[in-house]
Amino acid sequence: MAPILDIKNLYKSYGPVEILKDINVSIEPGDFLVLVGPSGCGKSTLLNCIAGLEPITGGTLSIGGNDMTHVSPKDRDIAMVFQSYALYPTMSVAKNITFGMKVRGEDAATQEAKLKEVAAQLQIEQLLNRRPGQLSGGQRQRVAMGRALVRDPKLFLFDEPLSNLDAKLRVEMRSEIKKLHQTLGASMVYVTHDQIEAMTLATKIVVMKGGVIQQIGTPAEIYNTPANLFVADFMGSPAMNLIPAKTRKAGADTVLDIARADGASMQLRDHRALDLPADVLVGLRPEDIAESGFRAGADVQEAECLVDMVEPAGADTYVTSYLGGKQVTARLHAETSAQAGQPLSLAFDLGKVSYFSPSTGERLN
Amino acid sequence: MTDTSMSSPAHSTSKGTGANLSKIALRWGLYLILGLFALYYLMPLFVMLTTSLKSLEEIRTGSLMALPREVTFDAWATAWSGACTGIQCEGLRPYFWNSVLIAIPAVALSTLLGALNGYVIAHWKFKGANLIFSLMLFGCFIPFQVVLLPMARVLGLMGLAGSIPGLIFVHVIYGLGFTTLFFRNYYVTIPAELTKAAKVDGASFLRIFRSIFLPLSLPIIVVTVIWQFTQIWNDFLFGVSFSQAGTQPITVALNNIVNSTTGVKEYNVDMAAAIIAGLPTLFVYVVAGKYFIRGLTAGSVKG
Repeated sequence: MAPILDIKNLYKSYGPVEILKDINVSIEPGDFLVLVGPSGCGKSTLLNCIAGLEPITGGTLSIGGNDMTHVSPKDRDIAMVFQSYALYPTMSVAKNITFGMKVRGEDAATQEAKLKEVAAQLQIEQLLNRRPGQLSGGQRQRVAMGRALVRDPKLFLFDEPLSNLDAKLRVEMRSEIKKLHQTLGASMVYVTHDQIEAMTLATKIVVMKGGVIQQIGTPAEIYNTPANLFVADFMGSPAMNLIPAKTRKAGADTVLDIARADGASMQLRDHRALDLPADVLVGLRPEDIAESGFRAGADVQEAECLVDMVEPAGADTYVTSYLGGKQVTARLHAETSAQAGQPLSLAFDLGKVSYFSPSTGERLN
Repeated sequence: MTDTSMSSPAHSTSKGTGANLSKIALRWGLYLILGLFALYYLMPLFVMLTTSLKSLEEIRTGSLMALPREVTFDAWATAWSGACTGIQCEGLRPYFWNSVLIAIPAVALSTLLGALNGYVIAHWKFKGANLIFSLMLFGCFIPFQVVLLPMARVLGLMGLAGSIPGLIFVHVIYGLGFTTLFFRNYYVTIPAELTKAAKVDGASFLRIFRSIFLPLSLPIIVVTVIWQFTQIWNDFLFGVSFSQAGTQPITVALNNIVNSTTGVKEYNVDMAAAIIAGLPTLFVYVVAGKYFIRGLTAGSVKG
């Protein structure tokens, strides 16, 4: 099928300042694309460009197979949910939802029917006569979604829609958005700075930094094989451990030489003949470092490390140690016997390892 | 031990009544001072009112501050329809209507245009928007004497010299600086996402203005209308410069009544005329004053 959204070589600058550089993204119908990155990375600008609220400086953009590069927002067949919800303050909830249809000149019966349908779907029937000022944050959020849903557009755009909610409500609304996506099968583009939101919602993630796309992929690809140090560090909490190491070849294996806090270095063997430079950063997720005996497999290597800190977090216990001069976090089971200041035997799952170049930051394997 | 515990509540009660007394004294002192100020400010109005209700005879013989012995509305009737402004003796009536005919369209037009200007400057940023806004602000501070001659020339070229439409034009032009400032400052507090949402909903430039911005604007419209009405109704300089016999506003007529009488000065007629000239602005304040205060603070309080 033709991509529902296709962005080619998009550039955007304000005067001499380049905000977006050579953006290429395309998504299939039914995809949930999440644009994620730190603030100021250009993700919201990109969304505004897709919506047509910001003119683009170069490149092309098509929605549903039609070139929309210079088309005004109302003709792009999109709906958008804003961070502040942007509900029209003087209109009732019902009027907020039907405003777009009214502007487009749809007849009253259709408006009424669609309003009913959407209100039932979002369970806001009892709010229809209220003003936005009389609603709570979560209710406003629902109304904003209703305003988008009623349009039945080719593409839904969400601009950090959950960031004004408290933590509990955010998790609730997150799963509701996910459910909505599943039931509607609609195509969505969603902007967030929260990597957990990105991981949980997306079928496809775009990680951005400084107006440049760092990596595009499924949540699993982004999480397991980050393309560079930025992605590795940004996605996942706690962040991926990046341990400086020296490499050498030993027969068919690659040996990683990692400095330990107590002086004697630690050796890990990757059973693959990798063509690595002498200095690398070894990327291992906290959950890929376990207590000895709790992880088995051909690629698991064990080594003794000095425990620096033990942080129980309920379901897991985080244990930190200094390796290669860096603080390394391991996610252990809750009942671990690890104690601060004591040595502990850890199992490193090298089947999940990522290697990065310390100089360029690029992925090496 | 028992002594202290017994005496302490009694002590605190007496101290409490003392504090209460001084609080009450302070309160009444405050009322007294405020009352004196109010009296001071109301004094001229009192003199105007009483004088306008006295006969000339009584004014000559009685005291300035005294209440009228005999209330008569003759002076009001004369001021309204009989006082002489130069050679005509029709009173203020025709000029009152001139002022109404000038003020209402000028207030409406300058408010509407100011709202549109403010909307564009706050929400439809274009290149040079800030420069244009600064220039309009600058326009607020130009002394009107400076523009008299060029404006007279422009009105002449437009064929509007000495006419009521000409005066409306002048007031709209010189009101725009302030009305734009008011609306722009009010509209910048409205989040830009609202405009974006409406654009995605398909609303046009004017539709967004009409359906979203205007309904939000009541407080600032009231402020602008009061401000503009007061300015235009009370204007003397433009009125005297750009009018001719028959199109003069009430302020000019009032001046003529007071200054062109010969012989005995009819203080009662002058006072009645002055009050009549001031009544409409007073009326607007009384009716809309509540919104005026609210509107002035609305911009600063809203997040």
